Amino acid sequence: MIAARLPVQRPSNAKVLIADGQGNIEHKARSEFADLLRPGDVVVANDAATLPASLSGQHSRTGRPIEVRLAGRDSLDEIRYFSVIVFGEGDFRTPTENRSKPPALKRGDRLELGRLQGTVVRLLNHPRFILLQFEGSPREIWEGLARHGRPIQYAYVPTPLAVWDTWTPIAVRPVAFEPPSAGFVLDWSMLASMSARKIRFGTITHASGLSSTGDPELDALLPFAEPYRIPRSTALMIKHAQASRGRIIAIGTTVARALEHTAAMFDGVVPFGERLATQRLGASSRLRIVDAILSGTHERGTSHYELLRAFVDDETLSRIDHELNTRDYRTHEFGDSVFLERAATRRAPRLGHLLEHVSCSSTPSTSAKVCFGGLLPHDAQSFFNPVRKE
Amino acid sequence: MNIHHKSVDSILSSLSPLLAPTDDHPRNPFTDIRVAITGGTSGLGLSLVRELLDRGAKVALVARSRDRVDCVVQELPAAHGIVGDVSRKEDIHPITMQIVGALGGLDVLINNASDLGPIPLQLLGDTECEDLERTLATNFLGPFRLTKAMLGSLAASARECRGAVVVNVSSDAAVNAYPRWGAYGASKAALLHLSRIWDEELSSEGVRVLSIDPGDMDTPLHAAAVPDADRSTLKRPEVAAREFADTVAAVLSRRTEAIAQEAIG
Repeated sequence: MIAARLPVQRPSNAKVLIADGQGNIEHKARSEFADLLRPGDVVVANDAATLPASLSGQHSRTGRPIEVRLAGRDSLDEIRYFSVIVFGEGDFRTPTENRSKPPALKRGDRLELGRLQGTVVRLLNHPRFILLQFEGSPREIWEGLARHGRPIQYAYVPTPLAVWDTWTPIAVRPVAFEPPSAGFVLDWSMLASMSARKIRFGTITHASGLSSTGDPELDALLPFAEPYRIPRSTALMIKHAQASRGRIIAIGTTVARALEHTAAMFDGVVPFGERLATQRLGASSRLRIVDAILSGTHERGTSHYELLRAFVDDETLSRIDHELNTRDYRTHEFGDSVFLERAATRRAPRLGHLLEHVSCSSTPSTSAKVCFGGLLPHDAQSFFNPVRKE
Repeated sequence: MNIHHKSVDSILSSLSPLLAPTDDHPRNPFTDIRVAITGGTSGLGLSLVRELLDRGAKVALVARSRDRVDCVVQELPAAHGIVGDVSRKEDIHPITMQIVGALGGLDVLINNASDLGPIPLQLLGDTECEDLERTLATNFLGPFRLTKAMLGSLAASARECRGAVVVNVSSDAAVNAYPRWGAYGASKAALLHLSRIWDEELSSEGVRVLSIDPGDMDTPLHAAAVPDADRSTLKRPEVAAREFADTVAAVLSRRTEAIAQEAIG
């Protein structure tokens, strides 16, 4: 595949590879995406706006330049405590795996990030992964993030991104650290045409996290825990679709992660509310809710790619990879797309085993862990839910 | 007060029992409604901040001057103050981010910030192009950009039956050709037409876009335009703010009524 280097959300020549439930593959112009939908379908997208989550500044004790990338928090309302990845001198133009290391970070170190000031609360089992506390009032922190932050970006897009490059047309709360880019496909004209065809559209708000940290040890733990909220209107749409056998189409991996996380907690039902997604979907997952997914094209070995293995078997995925490569599909957030229907073998029994492979918590007491499944090594727990309110 | 949409007039008449005093009404439609007001540190904007806070709304205000924003927030600590200039493209997303971040979403956007154009008012032939550009940037492009950046929030608000209303503050100069009001009048005429088209296009999303002319008010903007006006003949901005709030309440009430009926049904 080719890296998509231009920050254009809906290039006129964008493509979509379609794999149906039987593993048949075809190709279409992505502008025709809505034609893949049927009356009665419910399309669910992630309406998180993207925070400019890259903050440059300096490490006060040594005076050395650093870049901080916000990486996690335990609720959508949290504005003071973030888990963050710290880089040394440099910026996005250097591939993350080649970035210089920051100075040794210690508890109590102060970081000066433009107008924002922060303190290292503790290290999170890794020299570059810390819990950071911002100082000041919520108003000052919001202003500092909005005015000083830059969108997180990677070396394959050579020009600096503007914030508006990273917001989908449906963006609402600025809680994502990287764009929920599958939603770039949507525009208001497409939504109107879907509505006219009795295709229902709903959203969730899911705080999409980092796609890469530049460190294999940390990358292996992606995605980190991500808070999300399912609104009442979307929960109702899903309930109606389940009753009428309409399909539920996820726009993006975050939507699949959130809906399946809730469904695993509540045995196939999707009540509204805010929760913290801690599970990873993969080849062994059985999907309870999502019938098809529109996603970007992902490279083997990434957490996004692993999630697609929950939808299709490895043989089909290999054929998809081959098609994407031979037909010059573009990858990364401004790239082309895939639309995968869940293979019949990937469907969970209607009354699936409760809480299989899931660690979960739910608001309002987001810090109260309800359960912790066996998918993750126990010592990884602090990475997945690193933020604790005192 | 003139409301430029007939459909709103019909809302007002059909729901007149729901109108003022809304704070006595058992279903105050502003309770927990999230409102953003641009130009919120003086004139109509400041009166709207006070009025809507009184009615139980969560309010964010936007204005250019940090000192004035700080001053308003000191007086009204429940308000979320944001420093920003809606005429600057680069400010729109930082403003939007702070509004939606602080309020958790948005139900009502009031595009109130206005630029009068050249002061003293000039004939069009004497108006500098830069003055016209600045007036269009504040009165027309700014509301367009801010509404566009907020569209996801407003559509989400509509899906959750919370309201979803945009109010663009208009003027009779938007419909009448007053000599020397060229920059302001043309920009407000453009905004009025934009409001009409938004309203048509967004009806399927459940978002209403209103254009409201508050009439001649005793505000700093009016004083700059007509320095020798008899202030006793002008409407007090707090009165205009109450009328504005009642109009928005009528639109929001349709949502609360619908929710109540759904709950009963």
